[in-house]
Amino acid sequence: MKENTPIERLYNGVIKENPTFVLMLGMCPTLAVTTSAINGVGMGLSTCAVLMMSNLIISLLRKFIPDRVRMPAYIVVVASFVTIVEMLMQAYVRSVYTALGLYIPLIVVNCIILGRAESYASKNKPLASFFDGLGMGLGFTLALTVIGAVRELLGAGEIFGFHIMPESFEPVSIMVMAPGAFFVLSILCALQNKLKAPSATNHGDKFCEGNCASCMDKTCHIMERSEDK
Amino acid sequence: MKLNVSISPHTRSRESTTTIMLDVIIALLPSVLVGVWVFGARAFAITMLSVTSCVASEYLYEKILKKPITIGDLSAVVTGLILAVNLYSTAPWWLPILGGAFAIIVVKMLYGGIGQNFMNPALAARCFLLLSFTRIMTDYPTVDGVSSATPLSLAKEGVYTPVSDMLLGTHSGTIGETSAVAIIIGAVYLCARGIIKPREPLSVILSTGVFVTLFSLIQGKPITLDFLMVHMLGGGMLLGAVFMASDYATTPVTPWGQVIFGCCVGFITALIRCVGGGVEGMSYAILISNLLTPFIEKLTMPRPFGVKKEKKEAAK
Repeated sequence: MKENTPIERLYNGVIKENPTFVLMLGMCPTLAVTTSAINGVGMGLSTCAVLMMSNLIISLLRKFIPDRVRMPAYIVVVASFVTIVEMLMQAYVRSVYTALGLYIPLIVVNCIILGRAESYASKNKPLASFFDGLGMGLGFTLALTVIGAVRELLGAGEIFGFHIMPESFEPVSIMVMAPGAFFVLSILCALQNKLKAPSATNHGDKFCEGNCASCMDKTCHIMERSEDK
Repeated sequence: MKLNVSISPHTRSRESTTTIMLDVIIALLPSVLVGVWVFGARAFAITMLSVTSCVASEYLYEKILKKPITIGDLSAVVTGLILAVNLYSTAPWWLPILGGAFAIIVVKMLYGGIGQNFMNPALAARCFLLLSFTRIMTDYPTVDGVSSATPLSLAKEGVYTPVSDMLLGTHSGTIGETSAVAIIIGAVYLCARGIIKPREPLSVILSTGVFVTLFSLIQGKPITLDFLMVHMLGGGMLLGAVFMASDYATTPVTPWGQVIFGCCVGFITALIRCVGGGVEGMSYAILISNLLTPFIEKLTMPRPFGVKKEKKEAAK
């Protein structure tokens, strides 16, 4: 697939470098807010909105921001968008806003956003950066929704508030408590690895386990990418 | 003459994981039998379901992942029995099955199987069930047609169960915890066979007594012999001290480490029972102490003969 096209960026964010299951970034909101599917969607979409806009703006400003003060500059951009998103959520989706609470302002320090700003948006063109943010945001939303849905299904017998499990099902309430988040995240990650889902760490028959430091394979696509940088 | 050249050890004992586990099963039998006698056939069914679930989970996990089958070492049977003696006989049929599967797959096998788990599987499963199904897991069974709370929950209200009842086990509680005599028989057997050292259970029980007294003195509560006996004999104290605080994989191996571990368990149990709102506290105390095990071992690591203590000046 051609690099840095919108479609490639979406594929990269959602599947190949899924921020939750592959990059293992943004663990704090992943573990804390996924008690239900709707909370997962809310957190994912609000992060996605901030990620798209901050990637776009940082990419536009990449020639103007001096290298030495880039981190404070990124934080200012990200914090502005987080404030906008927070106020919009408070105004229009009050229930999700109350459920997510402190975790909305904490999007500012979400390492997915700063990570994409530093490793992608500050080096690439605005359109590709925008779609990189969209892809990463959708990947994050997908992961959070799946984790939230599994936890809600086992812990409350519901998905998106609809009762699905039979009446005799006794909710396993540990699943909506903190330990459940770790159980579900680790089991989904294990499945992702076991089923060899296409990602940056699972690539077909090359059993290097993503360890590029000791890898001598010049045809490896990860190797090429890291040399470009 | 045939000379066999091999590396040490040259003297082998007949003791193996299987024989040790068999000894633990024998030591658990009196408690299970008293449980079946007091609570009826349902207690037996719960025990069987729990053991079957543990063994089947280990077999299926290893079968699916194409690993060597290790159910022959009987450790899954022990886990199943310990889980069962921690459940009330009123539990629904699926509770021991779910608990057994969680204990073996999540707590034991995912960490690499026997000896690799950092937490006691049966206790972790009990806490998993307790957090998930609080209502079911605190549903005391009736004894002799009388529905009564367990000695520890009665003690919270200031009613102390007679010591004779606690020794025989004719009061409410989980399947294996009610009879002190049965557990002590098992403990004596294990000590005589050298499977556990007496210091492990004793340090747990005595330190609980000491810390409960201490906390009660601070809070200005009256301390009677009955009160102390309920805390040291009632509830899961003896069962935990003998069978769970002496688990090989999850407790320290050094002698002083085992004593410190026991005191940790006693301290946390007393803290939960006297300062916190909890009634039992024993299972959480053991699980938290399990996490401290590596640190306790590091602290009490014996110094090899002839090696001097490193002086702090040398580091400068």
